[in-house]
Amino acid sequence: MGIEEKAGDLGVITTSLEYVVNWGRTNAMWPLLFGLACCAIEMMGAQSANYDLSRFGMEINRASPRQADLMIVAGRVSRKMAPVVRRLYDQMSDPKWVIAMGDCAACGGIFNNYAIVQGVDEVVPVDVYVAGCPPRPEALIHGIMLLHEKVKREKISGKKEDPIRLSQPLIQVDVARK
Amino acid sequence: MTNTLHVPTPQEITEPALAGKTETMVLNMGPHHPSTHGVLRLVVELDGEVVVNVAPDVGYLHTGIEKTMESKTYQKAVVLTDRMDYLAPLSNNLCYALAVEKLLGVEIPERVQVIRVLLVELQRIASHLVWLGTHALDLAAMSVFLYAFREREQILDIFELVSGARMMTSYIRVGGLAYDVPAEFLPTVDALLRIMPERIDEYESLLTGNPLWLERTVGVGVIDAESAIAYGLTGANLRATGVPYDVRKAMPYSGYETYDFEIPVGKNGDNYDRYRVRMAEMRQSVKIARQAWERLSALGPGPYTTLDRKVAPPPKSEITHSMEALIHHFKLWTEGFKPPRGDAYVSIESPRGILGCYVVSDGSPKPWRVHFRAPSFINLQALAHMARGRLVADLVALIASLDPVLGEVDR
Repeated sequence: MGIEEKAGDLGVITTSLEYVVNWGRTNAMWPLLFGLACCAIEMMGAQSANYDLSRFGMEINRASPRQADLMIVAGRVSRKMAPVVRRLYDQMSDPKWVIAMGDCAACGGIFNNYAIVQGVDEVVPVDVYVAGCPPRPEALIHGIMLLHEKVKREKISGKKEDPIRLSQPLIQVDVARK
Repeated sequence: MTNTLHVPTPQEITEPALAGKTETMVLNMGPHHPSTHGVLRLVVELDGEVVVNVAPDVGYLHTGIEKTMESKTYQKAVVLTDRMDYLAPLSNNLCYALAVEKLLGVEIPERVQVIRVLLVELQRIASHLVWLGTHALDLAAMSVFLYAFREREQILDIFELVSGARMMTSYIRVGGLAYDVPAEFLPTVDALLRIMPERIDEYESLLTGNPLWLERTVGVGVIDAESAIAYGLTGANLRATGVPYDVRKAMPYSGYETYDFEIPVGKNGDNYDRYRVRMAEMRQSVKIARQAWERLSALGPGPYTTLDRKVAPPPKSEITHSMEALIHHFKLWTEGFKPPRGDAYVSIESPRGILGCYVVSDGSPKPWRVHFRAPSFINLQALAHMARGRLVADLVALIASLDPVLGEVDR
């Protein structure tokens, strides 16, 4: 087959630029060390030994938004916090992605009141919504994997896809009692 | 101005600085900062690297929980209490349930009380494990976090077993529990309580005599007993100063007077003593949980809620052939129970200190007002007192040592 056969011995491969760039982006995605409320504890749980998020190269949390390219909004966003979230998002360098972790970040959750922003998508564009109150660490990891898949499909032209909504619970817990 | 009983406001620091009246530097720490344990903002006045003054600015996680509870029935409001102190949801559930039960004057079966004590003590261990992990993480001891979360996951598995949720259990309800504990509950708890003492030894072997740990904690963030009481500190923060005050002993609830345990106290009121007190508390919690486990094993199967039909719904089996039971069930889930007019205050020992719940009833099925005495919020007041004259790096250690949960501070 054409060029691969000829170039094989030279250590040269051919592929599309899009593929290589997206491959690089998914394999070194640094999340922002940014916890808001209860979901942040489950995010910590995902990073601990039992769930071990570092299997997916996601364990290096950056405290500075300048070094991060994924913002996981873990928890409820209050009206006082919303401008801060936006500012952090603006400080992150492109390309950047946002996961809304938990019901509060996705839609306000159980707090339909004066204090809580009804979904962080009022403030920043969201790529993946992870449902749960709080989502299990597995659900967060699933959300991150879906984001990786999404990033792999990204076009160099920069056109973004629609957000992914993870609404079905991943694990059906049997709570039926006798 | 130094070391008086005064909690500075951010404006007190920023205004003179903006007017150019001070030689010091004002540093803004948070609300997004890895060591503020959530969204706490600190306005720090610095002279070089030494903290001159520090003002906490809270409210970045204000959720309106107390106000939202006014629009829920008493039973539905339990769900909101979970999300205040999200490291100890069961303690919040218990405090709220006890307050409403006091208002109702309802009697709680012994078996329910034993299960409550057992779960709340497990919750205390789980909460202290997060404190231990994050405190060590802030002082750059990464591995402790991994050890602490290993056992925490085991405790969360027990909560999942009883309630179906890892963190936000809403398991302790007004009148009793949400449902009965499953058959696997006792052996699972037994397995945990068996390994826990040696696991606590393991954490202590990593930190207690570690010279780096000692350097960062001994003599840092000192507060004396008198000031601690004046600021209203409670929990391990107060006990580290040598005051043996614990609500479980002073004003026992849920039958704590019948359990055999000690109150660990410190001496110097510094970060290290707070660490030692919390570690000892975990051991005491294991001891209490073991006693509760033995009682529960001896009691065998039994009721999991009060038998008062005005508060707890009748069992499912009765609903199919008793009209009265069906009416009670329907009334309870559509309208809710109506406590008499009046108010009730109950305080419990949460992992962070005295958690108080004040409920006012106007005789309707919804609370007229619910207020929580949040220990994290009140403990945070002493931050400036403890941090003055120390380095910025010590401030990081100090916040972790005070163990605030911002969800509870702002509610």
